[in-house]
Parts: sequence; C-alpha cells; structure tokens
Amino acid sequence: MSPEFALMPEQASSVSAEYDALLFTEIGISVFFGVGICLAIMFLAWRYRAGSEVDRSDPPEGDMRLELLWSGIPLVIALGLFVWSAKLFITMRTAPKNAMELHVIGKQWMWKIQHPGGKREINELHVPVGKDIKLVMSSEDVIHDFFIPAFRVKMDVLPGRYSMLWFKPIREGTYRFFCAEYCGTSHSKMIGRVVVQSPADYASWLSGGGNNEPPEVAGKALFESFRCGTCHREGLTGRGPVLDGLFGKQVRLAGGGMVVADENYLRESILDPGGKIVEGYQKLMPTYRGQIGEEGLMQLIAYLKSIAPDGKQPEEKR
Amino acid sequence: MTPAAATDRRHYLNASYTAASWLFTVDHKRIGILYLLSVTFFFLLGGAAAVAFRLELLTPAGDLVTAETYNNLFTVHGVVMVFFFLIPAIPAVLGNFLVPLMIGAKDLAFPKLNLTSWWLFMIGGAITLGAVITGGVDTGWTFYTPYSSTYANTSVSTAIIGVFLTGFASILTGLNFIVTIHTMRAPGMTWFRLPLFIWAHYAASLIMVLGTPVVATVLVLVVLERSLGLGIFNPNLGGDPLLFQHLFWFYSHPAVYIMILPAMGVVTEIIAAFSGRRIFGYKFIAFSSLAIAGLGFLVWGHHMFVSGQSMYAGIIFSFLSFLVAIPSAVKVFNWTATLYKGQVRMLTPMVYAMGFMGLFTIGGLTGLFLAAMALDVHFHDTYFVVAHFHYIMVGGAVMAYLGGIHYWWPKITGKLYHEWWGRISAVVIFLGFNLTFFPQFLLGYLGMPRRYYAYPEEFQVLNVMSSAGASILGIGYLIPLVYLVWSLKYGPDAGPNPWGAKGLEWETYSPPPTLNFDTTPVVECEAYDYAAGEMAPELPGTQGHGSSTSEEAGSSEP
Ligand code: HEC
Ligand SMILES: [Cu+2]
Ligand SMILES: [Cu+2]
Repeated sequence: MSPEFALMPEQASSVSAEYDALLFTEIGISVFFGVGICLAIMFLAWRYRAGSEVDRSDPPEGDMRLELLWSGIPLVIALGLFVWSAKLFITMRTAPKNAMELHVIGKQWMWKIQHPGGKREINELHVPVGKDIKLVMSSEDVIHDFFIPAFRVKMDVLPGRYSMLWFKPIREGTYRFFCAEYCGTSHSKMIGRVVVQSPADYASWLSGGGNNEPPEVAGKALFESFRCGTCHREGLTGRGPVLDGLFGKQVRLAGGGMVVADENYLRESILDPGGKIVEGYQKLMPTYRGQIGEEGLMQLIAYLKSIAPDGKQPEEKR
Repeated sequence: MTPAAATDRRHYLNASYTAASWLFTVDHKRIGILYLLSVTFFFLLGGAAAVAFRLELLTPAGDLVTAETYNNLFTVHGVVMVFFFLIPAIPAVLGNFLVPLMIGAKDLAFPKLNLTSWWLFMIGGAITLGAVITGGVDTGWTFYTPYSSTYANTSVSTAIIGVFLTGFASILTGLNFIVTIHTMRAPGMTWFRLPLFIWAHYAASLIMVLGTPVVATVLVLVVLERSLGLGIFNPNLGGDPLLFQHLFWFYSHPAVYIMILPAMGVVTEIIAAFSGRRIFGYKFIAFSSLAIAGLGFLVWGHHMFVSGQSMYAGIIFSFLSFLVAIPSAVKVFNWTATLYKGQVRMLTPMVYAMGFMGLFTIGGLTGLFLAAMALDVHFHDTYFVVAHFHYIMVGGAVMAYLGGIHYWWPKITGKLYHEWWGRISAVVIFLGFNLTFFPQFLLGYLGMPRRYYAYPEEFQVLNVMSSAGASILGIGYLIPLVYLVWSLKYGPDAGPNPWGAKGLEWETYSPPPTLNFDTTPVVECEAYDYAAGEMAPELPGTQGHGSSTSEEAGSSEP
C-alpha cells in the first residue's frame, strides 16, 4: 500500500498472478484486433481517398466467406477466453475446505470483523500469510461490497443473507480494502486496510489485549438464554429436530425437496422458520426476527456449527 | 426551382411561426426539433454536473463540495444523461426526423402519439428536475435497493415518477417506429431496400417496447416500498434486494442497445455516403442489429457476477455476453470493408464516424474483459466499468449522434455549417474524450471504486489527467454549438443534396415541406445505389449536383 503512483495493483494473493495472466492475454488480443482494425481503416481511407488514381473496378457488395471468417475467428477466441475465465472464476468462488473463518459485518459506514477466537477489529483485517481465509459476510442495512484490489477479490455484502469471500494472502504487507457498492453519504469512508502477517506475528497480535469470547461460546449462551433447547432436544418432549450434527447435512423438507444446511439455511430457519419446514415437524417455531441482531445470529450459527464437528463445510457455490 | 428560391418556398420550418404551432405540432420533423432542443438542454445540464464532480476529484480529499452534494451530482449526471439524453437522443431527434423521410412517408403512423411522447418526456423531465432541486437524489442512476427503497432521505420517489413518465415517451416512440416501418413504406421500398438506419431503429424500437415496461414496473415497486412499506426488496420486510437488480438490468442492459443500435445506424449511413459506394454486407449488418436486440435481453446477469447471484447463473450470463459481442464485431468489419474501392471523403460527419469506430472498438473490446467473470470480479464497480461504458455510450453513441447531426444538418435546416470548424470539433472531442476516460481504465485496475467522493492519494495523478481531459472534452462539445447556431443565420444554402448522397431524404428539398414529398416517391433501386467509382461533389454547397437534384425533386416524379 504505497501512496506512490503505480500502474498495476500489487499481486498479493494466490489468484492475483493468474488473474493478471488472463488480463494481459485479453489485453494482447485486444491490442492486436484494435490496432489492426485502426490500421486497416486508415490505410483504406487513405488509399481510396476521393480522386486517388487506383483501381476501383467491381467493388464487392459482400462476401460470404469473409463474413464467416470474421465472425468465426472472434467467436473461437471469445470461447477460449470464456473457458479460461470460467475456470478461474470457479476457483475464486469455491472456498477450500477448512479455510479459517472470519465474520464480517458491514453497516453504514464501517466494517466490523471478528476472528475465530473472538477478537474483534474495526476497518482493519489482520490475517496470517499463506493461510486460506474465508470471510462470512452480512450487512446490517444496505448492500455493501468487500473489495481487496491487491487480492483481486470482491463480493457484495447483503442484508438478510450471508455471502462468502475467500482468499489466500501470499505476501506480508498492508493492503487497502474498499467498500465497492455505493451505500450512501460516506460510502468513500468505508475503507480500511488488510494487514498480512507471519503466522507468529498474527498469533501474538491475536493474543494482544481486548480479547472477547469466541463466537461459538457467545452463541451457546444465546442458545440458552433464548431457550432454543426447550424444543430442540432429544426425546418425546423435543418438539423440534435435534440440531447436533445438522450443519453441512442434507435436510429433507416437508412437501418434498432437499436443502443443504449451510449458513444461509440456518439463518433462514431462525429468522423465517415458516419458510422451510423440516419433514415430520410442525410449524411451531417462533420467528426471532428483530430479537437477535446480525452479530448474535453469526454467534448462534457459529455455535450450531461447533456442535456439528464432522459436518462437512458445504462448498460455496452461490 | 433552385436553391436560391428556397427562402420563399413553404417548408416545415416557415409553415407557421406561432408558439402553438410548435408546441402542439404533429409534424414529425417539428417534433424532432422539439426533441433536439430538449435533449440539448439536458445534455448541457448533465455535462455541468460532470464538470462539477470532475473538479471535486482533482484532489484526493473531499473539499470542494460536501459528500451529499457529490452524491447528488453523480446521480443527476447519470439519471439525466441516461434517461433524458442518451436514450432519446438519436431515436427521438434523428429517428423522428428521418424515419418517415427515409421510407418515403408523409409522417409517422401516429402523429398525435408522437406529440404525446414529447410532452410526456418534458413533464417527466420537469418532475425529475423538480426532485433534484427540492430534495436532491443520491441513489445513483441505478436506484439500487434497499438503499433507494428504505434508507435514502432524498426525493427518490419523485425522481422515479419523472423517469417513469419518460419511459412511456420512449415506449410511444418505439411503437410509432415499428408500425410506421411496417405499414408506411413507399411503393417499391421493400425490407431489403430500407436504409440500415431504419433496420437499426426497428431493432432499437423492439427493445423500447419490450424492455421499458419492465423498468417502469420495478421503479414503481421501489416507490411502493418507500411510501407504503410493502416488503418487496428490503429483507427486513421479507423482500429480496437482488430481485431489484435482476429486473433493473433486464431493461438497463438492453437500454445500452437502445443507445448504440441507432448510433450504428447513423454511422452506417455516413460511411456509405462518404465512401460513395454501397455498404458492404448489407444483410449481415441488418441481421446483426436484430441479433444484438435479441441476445441483449439475455445477458443482464453480467452486472451481477459478485452480487450474490448463483455461480452457475453467472457462467451462463458470461457465455451469452461473449456471444453478443460477435454481431457488433461483424458490423465494424463490414464498415471497414465498405471503404475498400470507395471514394472516401473525410468531411465532418465522416471524421465523427471514424472517431466512433475507434472509440466503440475500445469500448467493445473492454466489454469482453467485463464479460469474463473472473476479470469482472476485480473490475466490477470500479472506474474500469465507468471508462468502459463511457467509451460505448459517449465515445460511441454521442460521437454518432453528433456525426448524424452534422450529416443531416443541411437537410434539417437547409444550411451548411463551417466545414473546417466541424472537423476541428470532431478531433478535439476525440482527443479530449480519450484523455478523460483512458486513465479511468488504469484507475479501475488499480482498484479505485466508482462513486467515491474522496480517494487515497495514489489515485490522484490519473484523476487529474481525467479532469484535464474533461475540460478539453467540454470545449469540444461547445464548439459545434457555436458554429451550428451561427450557420442558421450565416450559413450558405445547402440545396437538397449537398453530399451527393443516396436515399429518399436527399431527394426532397432542404428543409423538406411539411408533407415531406411533393408526390409519393416510388423506389426502383436498392439502398446505397452509388454508381461504381462515381465521384461525388468535392465540397458541399457548390451548385452542380445539388441544383440538379433539386430540379428532380421539384418535378413531380423522382
Ligand atoms: C417452540 C419450539 C421451538 C423453539 C423455541 C425453537 N425452535 Fe427451532 N425449530 C422448531 C421446530 C418445530 C422446527 C422444525 C420445523 C421447521 O423447520 O420450522 C425447528 C427448526 C429449526 C431449525 C432447522 C432444523 C433442521 O433440521 O433443518 C433450526 C436451525 C432451528 N430450529 C434453530 C432454532 C434456534 C437457534 C432457536 C433458538 C433461538 C430455536 N430453533 C427455537 C421449534 C422450535
Ligand atoms: Cu459503500
Ligand atoms: Cu450490460
């Protein structure tokens, strides 16, 4: 993050280099075609300028082979670019399993970030180098967008659902992040910096002051204070399904259909329980909309995830 | 009849001088002039907003205006330029004036509907401007929810009602063109004898009629959520914010083609006329317009690759976006081939058309960067996107619009403008444009997000370049304003056909009589029927060719 003028953003994540390779390939192709067409236009306009003494007999009115050629060649090139970009896009959107998970909450006009151990920070994001990092993000108000140019990653942060962003920093240093989705008056103030540290430095930063309890511990406390367990427990008195081991499993819904119990499903189950009813159960659960805030939700979900130790991380494909 | 006598001749301009004869005219040519004056006003207004925020962006800190003002400025710029200038510019001004003339008709099919369209446009414009003056609008022209529907404290609903009405102006224009082109062609004017300007307008009209109702509906839904609290887009009310984006872009991507297809039509006419030969690959250009209009409806999701739309949807939208580039490329290649064995005259409209080709090519090629999902992840909502769409919409559509204004100016006004000033303006605009917008590609790659009031220092150099370019661009746009107005009084009479161009509009007088032709023309030859190797007049305004065509037009049968 140097305040000096540069022509390229730094390459600081595992996808930056391939991103730039694809970009410069496209630039090369574009320059070739762009310059080619400009030269052709200039040459023809000069050679056939009005009154010049050149052969103008039988000007062609069209040529099927030419038309096929100049639609076919760009088509093939376009398809090649499409395939390459689609592959890279899938990589960029599919978080590796076991990535370290951080929670990000955007609100007008700041970013709140919480680390797995519970440590929080505002408008700063500390991460260890060489580790897969996954951000689980949500907004408290309008749509925001988390954008780290040096990592070539960006994802909208929406109210009412979770979106995911993952990256693997490959170089220590500080880099800017921005809110890239216009969100009102101080949109341009919603910026911060990513601090990529060696694992040791990161660990010592984590253990520095201001540690909060880990989100799953806070979530367990919420689970108890909201008395979720009165329904969600084993035995005849349990009127709701047992939640242990739920995360990552397929859930069979009443009226047919299956869903994967990912973060968004858990969120919906808590805020809008009537929306998807689990097969074999009644529509009994009350909504907690308005009672549990964004942070509480993230903590509850972190707790539900912690009681599903072998629950597979569902692949992020949305 | 000779051009000298044109001053005493009755034509659409001197038919009557009363205000009512203009404000309530049903003559498509007069309505075209009304639109010309209106969109010029809106262009100057949108341009003034741009000047203001480019000044603010000279320094990294927000210092010249407040953040609220800045957000209002870019919103006004976007709303005015998109809905009140770019969408109506070519169809409602040049299309209105030329569609009946080019197909040999007396007027559009529904003259009163045409007048209604202009009135709706003006009322819509007045309401939107009222909103801007009274409470401001700060949502960006994209009106994204739930910001627009719940959180913004500005006059969003009023502004939206104005845009809504303007949408109907556009629907009426499109409807009028479609019916006119189907039913009012002169005897002998078959579909494949139509000038490609008409094909382009036909394709654009389809989009206006099919797409605009969707954006009108979604905007009304925003107003309903704002005023009545209906939960449509805001998740706290049980709505879905992405629904807005889907519906909005379902129209607003094709809207780009409402701007660019007519622009391509204009450029096609200019290139044929100033190459003095039949356009290369007529049918390919004609059908590529329809292909663009059709495919254009299937690619809206490329605005939403990082919005939370599913990854698989993104892949399909990306694929279709790559496909829609092909018909545009085909047009550029065919225009280039038209120069081959032509008699190329670099007069003002042709200089504008060449500028269009260069800038549109850059805009189109950078569009492929954004169609590639992986690249779009980084470029989305940065200045790269801003640069890309200005290359298409300003470098493309506005260059073509100005080229068209210059090409048909003698027909519209009966006067010739100053040729050298014309070429100078085209070159100044081309250079100013590139200096303004090329640095923005780099800014976007470096990561500067759009709609930023203040920005980190490392982006300053490029922003200063861009602002400097904008001042040149601004001057470039003012030059034609001066010499075109000047020509109205001092310009030499143009005669019916100063360029030696083909097409029915050149076979009647300049300016045309109220009913366009003395007798209904009968078409016996193909479009662009230039004799091979024929030399057109060297410079416009000389008698020769012009007066002889005038005699032809004056006599009853062409
Ligand atoms: C009044 C009883 C009741 C209470 C209290 C209750 N739930 Fe439920 N819950 C249910 C029932 C019944 C279902 C199954 C029907 C459905 O899907 O709505 C359910 C379903 C769920 C599911 C989806 C389970 C699956 O297998 O897919 C989740 C997650 C959940 N609840 C979480 C919670 C949390 C967290 C709380 C406390 C904040 C809570 N519930 C409180 C009754 C309850
Ligand atoms: Cu923002
Ligand atoms: Cu688009």
